[in-house]
Amino acid sequence: MMSAHDTVEAESTEYVTVTVGDQLFGLPIGRVQDVFVPERLTHVPLAPPEVAGMLNLRGRVVTAIDMRCRLDFGRRDASQPMLAIGIEFKGESYGLLIDTVGEVLKLPDSARESKPANLDPRLARVASSIYRLENQLMVVLDVDRVLDMQNGAVAA
Amino acid sequence: MDELLREFLTETNESLDVVDVELVRFEQEPNNAQILNNVFRLVHTIKGTCGFLSLPRLETLAHAAETLMGRFRDGMPVTGEAVTLVLSAIDRIKSLLAELERSEREPDGDDGDLIRELRQMAQGAPAPSAKQAPPPSSAPPPPRPVGPGEVSLEELERAFRAAPGPVPAKPVAASGAGAPAADDDKGNANGADKAAGQSIRVNLGTLDHLMTMVSELVLTRNQLLDIVRRQGDSEFKVPLQRLSNVTAELQDGVMRTRMQPIGNAWQKLPRIVRDLSAELGKDIELEMHGADTELDRQVLERIRDPLTHMVRNSADHGLEKPAERMAAGKPAKGTIRLSAYHEGGYIIIVVSDDGRGLDTGKIRDKALAGGLATEAELDKMSEPQIQKFIFAPGLSTAAAVTSVSGRGVGMDVVRNNLDQIGGSIDVHSVRGQGLSFTVKIPLTLAIVSALIVECGGHRFAIPQLSVVELVRVHGLSEHRIEHIKDAAVLRLRNKLLPLVRLSSLLKISPDAAMPAKGYIVVTQVGAQTFGIVVDGVFHTEEIVVKPIASKLRHIDMFSGNTILGDGSVILIVDPNGVSQAVGAVAASAPAGAGEAEGARAATSDDMVSLLVFRAGSPHPKAVPLSLVTRLEEIDCRKIELSNGRHMIQYRGQLMPLVRVSEDAAVKHDGVQPLLVFSDAGRSMGLIVDQIVDIVEEKLAIEVGSDRPGVLGSAVVRGQATEIVDVGHFLPLAYEDWFRRKDIGSGPSERSLLFVDDSAFFRNMLAPVLKAAGYDVTVVGRAEDALEMLRSGRNFDVLVTDVDMPGMDGFALAEAVRGESRFGDLPIIALSSYSSPESVERGRRVGFHDYVAKFDRQSLIAALKEQTADMTRAA
Repeated sequence: MMSAHDTVEAESTEYVTVTVGDQLFGLPIGRVQDVFVPERLTHVPLAPPEVAGMLNLRGRVVTAIDMRCRLDFGRRDASQPMLAIGIEFKGESYGLLIDTVGEVLKLPDSARESKPANLDPRLARVASSIYRLENQLMVVLDVDRVLDMQNGAVAA
Repeated sequence: MDELLREFLTETNESLDVVDVELVRFEQEPNNAQILNNVFRLVHTIKGTCGFLSLPRLETLAHAAETLMGRFRDGMPVTGEAVTLVLSAIDRIKSLLAELERSEREPDGDDGDLIRELRQMAQGAPAPSAKQAPPPSSAPPPPRPVGPGEVSLEELERAFRAAPGPVPAKPVAASGAGAPAADDDKGNANGADKAAGQSIRVNLGTLDHLMTMVSELVLTRNQLLDIVRRQGDSEFKVPLQRLSNVTAELQDGVMRTRMQPIGNAWQKLPRIVRDLSAELGKDIELEMHGADTELDRQVLERIRDPLTHMVRNSADHGLEKPAERMAAGKPAKGTIRLSAYHEGGYIIIVVSDDGRGLDTGKIRDKALAGGLATEAELDKMSEPQIQKFIFAPGLSTAAAVTSVSGRGVGMDVVRNNLDQIGGSIDVHSVRGQGLSFTVKIPLTLAIVSALIVECGGHRFAIPQLSVVELVRVHGLSEHRIEHIKDAAVLRLRNKLLPLVRLSSLLKISPDAAMPAKGYIVVTQVGAQTFGIVVDGVFHTEEIVVKPIASKLRHIDMFSGNTILGDGSVILIVDPNGVSQAVGAVAASAPAGAGEAEGARAATSDDMVSLLVFRAGSPHPKAVPLSLVTRLEEIDCRKIELSNGRHMIQYRGQLMPLVRVSEDAAVKHDGVQPLLVFSDAGRSMGLIVDQIVDIVEEKLAIEVGSDRPGVLGSAVVRGQATEIVDVGHFLPLAYEDWFRRKDIGSGPSERSLLFVDDSAFFRNMLAPVLKAAGYDVTVVGRAEDALEMLRSGRNFDVLVTDVDMPGMDGFALAEAVRGESRFGDLPIIALSSYSSPESVERGRRVGFHDYVAKFDRQSLIAALKEQTADMTRAA
């Protein structure tokens, strides 16, 4: 199956930009269902550490994945406000907990680069490619890899 | 597609499925006029409808098949060959229909070959393709004398005429009436089987949508109830109550529309097995039990293929060739059994065969070759763990690839399919004796009633189905949490229940100690009863079970999640997972992950809670915990010696104390631990040196014993342990312990046949039954029991275990009920599982009573009742 960001016929792709820690990430807009403020998270005992809990989003049960934890960026500061990106994966709803959401960028596919060999392994694990923007690096998230827990968060 | 054509296709495909099944039955019982009539009529209907829709190719073929069927009806002997021919004609019809469905037109081509063979067969040619001159067919075959239970041709003919002929759909009601007409026709023909159905066809999408809406309605209703509950008195209360009731009924009704008997998924199996047995040269019998067990149609669709696959596997890999079977001392005919029943909110489907079983050595080699595990890992694994590798991708144990199976896609696909619906599969195999797969499917889509509990500040739902009762404990209450070594237990009405704290199980609180107060949710799973300790209990609520995210499905403790009335998400605790953990906790020790896995794997079998103690010798001894009424520690100074026996005043009565053996000394100072056994108001204390532990073990007595008071030795937690025979000590305390209860039951000894595959229960119960005044004959296999009965030995009552390899208790009861000469022989079932469903199933197959295995008292009572009935009847 081809994911949206692999689409070749379009000359550019739109990305929803988010930050986790200080790092800028881009999610192909086709994969993003909504952006919401997670409320009333239900803790899931015995779950992998990156599973922050479950919540009710308009009648659907959404499993929240803490991106900081997934990326080994350290613990989330409880006082810090957080946002969630709603995505669907194999018919199930997931919410990726991130720090902030930025603007939607339309970037030419020609500027996309494959991930460099020296990319931080924590990022390399979940990145599909990168863009060198004016003053920073944007990592394009491979959503399927993010949710493939086997692709170890703490292990590796 | 043309509406009429669509109706025709649906209708015909269903009819053909029925014909498949009926024909296979017909081959087995060629003299059953009812079946013949059904088959004939179905083929006839297909032919008639084809003619109406102008599908000439189909019509000609159906006509040829019908002609042959007609000859059967006229008394032509039914041969396997002829049935094969009709079946292949039906297969051809099916492929034509498939093409018709795809392209909406009848495919070109010619069925001359088949039609010729059918005609030849109909004319009585012995071999379908042989070009022999047809024998003079004008003379009707001489009437055969009619045997008992058979129907004469005239009668058959009359029955056939009496049934209204097939009416081609009336052209007037073009679209709608075509199918119902055919429907009516079928209904009448099957008159004896089912009442003419008053049913309509509803699009599945409509039903699914209805179900989704009802689920939403239930959630909204719950939200409203929650609001009203918080507001207290409100004018909404009464109408809301009514809304609530209506919702409940609606929900019930919609759920029912989605339920279908599992037999629907089995419909094709007799045909498949028949074809396989011909192809593989094996004689196979397919037994199906519980075909009317209902389950959600969505689930049904998903398990159809896995089940077919498992049956094929059994036929191909499992069952041996007849010669091989005979050599192994088994009947030449192999049996594949399918059974289905409900248990605790799950549907259990068992597919078993009496073939060669799994070759663990071969699986081990394959696993090693396939790099699934290392040699060292495999060495540490138990046999059941290695057997589980058959679920790993790309592992097929068939040495040669046959057309049936052995292509390397196998059980892993089955497991994947089941995983998708949140089900599980387990395998149990004894080399040389057979193999059984147990498939467990939760009602993921169902709405269930659940108890909402609190634990460590979090809320969880526990399905009401498995909750037996709630007990509140605090320092001053009657019920207290006690500790035997490290295991916490609750004494409840003379029973000891193992306890587990939900918060430590879920690793919510680091503090593993039992709280002094809290609530205990007494839970029952299968034969195991245990207490789940929680901090608080809120209320019960109808919840819509939603499957848990696939990322979290590996957590055994949860079976799903749901949205509560207040909008929050909560997790549903899986009592099965907890029950396995209880077993693992009891058998804890410094166990590695592998061992814990092993313990869990074994839980599904005959796990017995054992109380381990020491008395007299340093070797551990054990008794089944369920036999023990209480554990006591008494002050040694209170022990009195009376008439050469040790006694103690206990709860206002004099209780005799018995020693396990001569070496076991009675202490003179300090405290003396006792195991108290009670029965019918009397108690006895067994003197022990030390109570060691309570463990959960699969009890297999490996070494028998001649020593009185010891049943034998078993390995318990890796140590050889003597299993103590409580039955031996009871009469030592009171000589008349067993006898006293049947005063008045008459002097003549009643004969009793006792069937149990477990040596442990045979050894434990046989003396008890003997002491109760029965002349007991013990056998280890249901087949032996049946043989004994058939050989003409008379018994007054039959007591049988339910779960046995090979023929089980249900099958035994059915067999006994099936033979009129056994009359109304009372049958009492013993089982470690006594869910209401299995009791109900037991009643259906003809058990007079259903008693839990350890419940000696009820067994004696049930026996007395049954044999007393008999006396009255006589």
